[in-house]
Amino acid sequence: MDVIVCIKQVPATAKIEIDEETGTLIREGIEVEINPFDLYAIEEGIRIKEKYGGKVTLTMGPPQAESSLREAIAMGVDDAILLSDKAFAGSDTLATSYTLSCAIKKLNCDIVICGVKTTDGDTGQVCPELAEHLGISHVCYVTRLEEIKSGRIKVKRELDNICEELEVPLPLLITVTKDINEPRLPSFRRKMYAKKVEIKLWKSEYLQENCLLFGLDGSPTRVIKTFPPPKQENTEKIIGDPLTQAKKLVSRLIKLKVVSI
Amino acid sequence: MEKKNIKVIKEKCTGCSICVDACPFTYIRIINNIAAISDDCRLCGICVSTCPEGAIVISKKETGKVDISKYSGVLVFGEQKDGRIAPVVYELLGKGRELARELNEDLFCVLLGNNLKEQATEMGFYCDKVYLYDSPELTSFRIDPYTSIISNLAKKIKPSIILLGATPMGRSLAPRVAARLKTGLTADCTSLDIDAEGNLVQTRPAFGGNVMARIICPESRPQMATVRYKIMRKAEKSSNPGLIVNRLCEFKIDRVKILESVKMKEGTNIVDADVIVSGGKGLGRPEGFKLIKELADVLGGAVGASRAVVDEGWISHLHQIGLSGRTVRPKLYVACGISGAVQHLAGMKTSDTIVAINKDSNAPIFSLAHYGIVGDLYEVIPKVIEEIRAYGSS
Repeated sequence: MDVIVCIKQVPATAKIEIDEETGTLIREGIEVEINPFDLYAIEEGIRIKEKYGGKVTLTMGPPQAESSLREAIAMGVDDAILLSDKAFAGSDTLATSYTLSCAIKKLNCDIVICGVKTTDGDTGQVCPELAEHLGISHVCYVTRLEEIKSGRIKVKRELDNICEELEVPLPLLITVTKDINEPRLPSFRRKMYAKKVEIKLWKSEYLQENCLLFGLDGSPTRVIKTFPPPKQENTEKIIGDPLTQAKKLVSRLIKLKVVSI
Repeated sequence: MEKKNIKVIKEKCTGCSICVDACPFTYIRIINNIAAISDDCRLCGICVSTCPEGAIVISKKETGKVDISKYSGVLVFGEQKDGRIAPVVYELLGKGRELARELNEDLFCVLLGNNLKEQATEMGFYCDKVYLYDSPELTSFRIDPYTSIISNLAKKIKPSIILLGATPMGRSLAPRVAARLKTGLTADCTSLDIDAEGNLVQTRPAFGGNVMARIICPESRPQMATVRYKIMRKAEKSSNPGLIVNRLCEFKIDRVKILESVKMKEGTNIVDADVIVSGGKGLGRPEGFKLIKELADVLGGAVGASRAVVDEGWISHLHQIGLSGRTVRPKLYVACGISGAVQHLAGMKTSDTIVAINKDSNAPIFSLAHYGIVGDLYEVIPKVIEEIRAYGSS
């Protein structure tokens, strides 16, 4: 069972701060991490390998991302590929998914696993787009992988408050939610191994595809302006002892007709 | 050394360093009083829009241009399940009508499912034309047939814009259709407008919700966007019935087989609640949610939570509000012991009235709140509950 997990390195979100004046990110000391949703994808990939045999490979973006690939190897991933090239810069979701599909087509693959979305881009678009470029079907929001038998896979997924059990032929792309497993912590031995292991670097030439579809050139969307999020201008601070604060608040809520018991 | 796609026009650059501060990746430096962009530049385009001199330009290679003048009309995906039209569809039709009016184009709705005649008639009062695919084969949502049908319809009628709800179904379907049509898609738009050139301007949070970005898709069509529920205003029902076009349901591939579909217990529905009382790390302990629940109960509302406490396991993820949880837009949102990380704010900031109760007067949540109470929530909330009860019994 050849599994490919796509991961992304993202800023460790809880630590992001914003400059009140300019509305831009304060970057000093921002740490990076594997997109938290991707940890579940990595874990599920490793579990499939442990149960059905095979190999887990990994793909993704920019030079600094190598550290995230090493973390994934420490968890139990067999092989890591870093897709990195200046030609990939400026990719929107269509170009990103196209680039990933070019790389995956060069590998053997039965299942592609991704996190539901990333914490920085937060679009959740890349994975279904990737499945389309690969010409394989996809299932989003998988909460459980039941079994893989004679070229077919059974999964459970949740859409709003409906839980479905689905059967789909391989190859297939799935995006997994946080309910699917509990990602493992790397062992000391794996950590040591991951430090030394070679991370393959694939550049655009290696993909030998239509370079006009990579990066900015292959991205139909364009950011034309950025601005700080709107703020509430007139916050009323309700002061006094707790009882006074409570009385004042409730009287305002009554006026707003929110409290109408 | 400069990248091919991005250039600083040396004659225009004043070395003011505004771009240095704007770059989210620290890839711009001022060298000899002129901005220099690192080779690692990711071409996000933020510097281009912030430069007051217009000295930074990004250029793109031409890639087989689409004749955009051939595209016309706004198409809304009429998501339904078991014959019930998803509430977000009415909001998409509301926004879709505004856009169509501005463009002087028609508004269409596409409905897929089984036995949808009534629903099609109903949707006709909200748009100019309903494309109806009515077949037992479409009883349940499966990605392959849905993608084929919508992509083929788009190829045939060539709408300039396609809008879908950012529901689990829409999020799975929209990217698939966009990739098939090789066009741009913007997720979770918070506003949609038309610019002077007739492009759809799509606004959404970027970089983890720290900044808002305006995004266009100038050279491809259709321009596709998903919009979350409770972001746009609902459509007005018109008195004129629209045209209903019955279309043949044709698709070749259908790989996903549904073995079983079970409705889960309707435990928590925070999305539709008019009042939400949320708890965060400031509760100090999981038991604090008892107090939150009590306040929610007297206000007739639901209980929400921040990501931090969900990650701690204090409450189920079904209550999580924010970027990685649900987006809500209640009439009243009471944030208790929530500091207000941008991720949380992104999921509740459009609430009509926001009340924040927090010990820390510098908590970011106060910058968004209409009413701020600096104090110990364990002292304030019980008093609030008493006051509401007293009012209720008077």
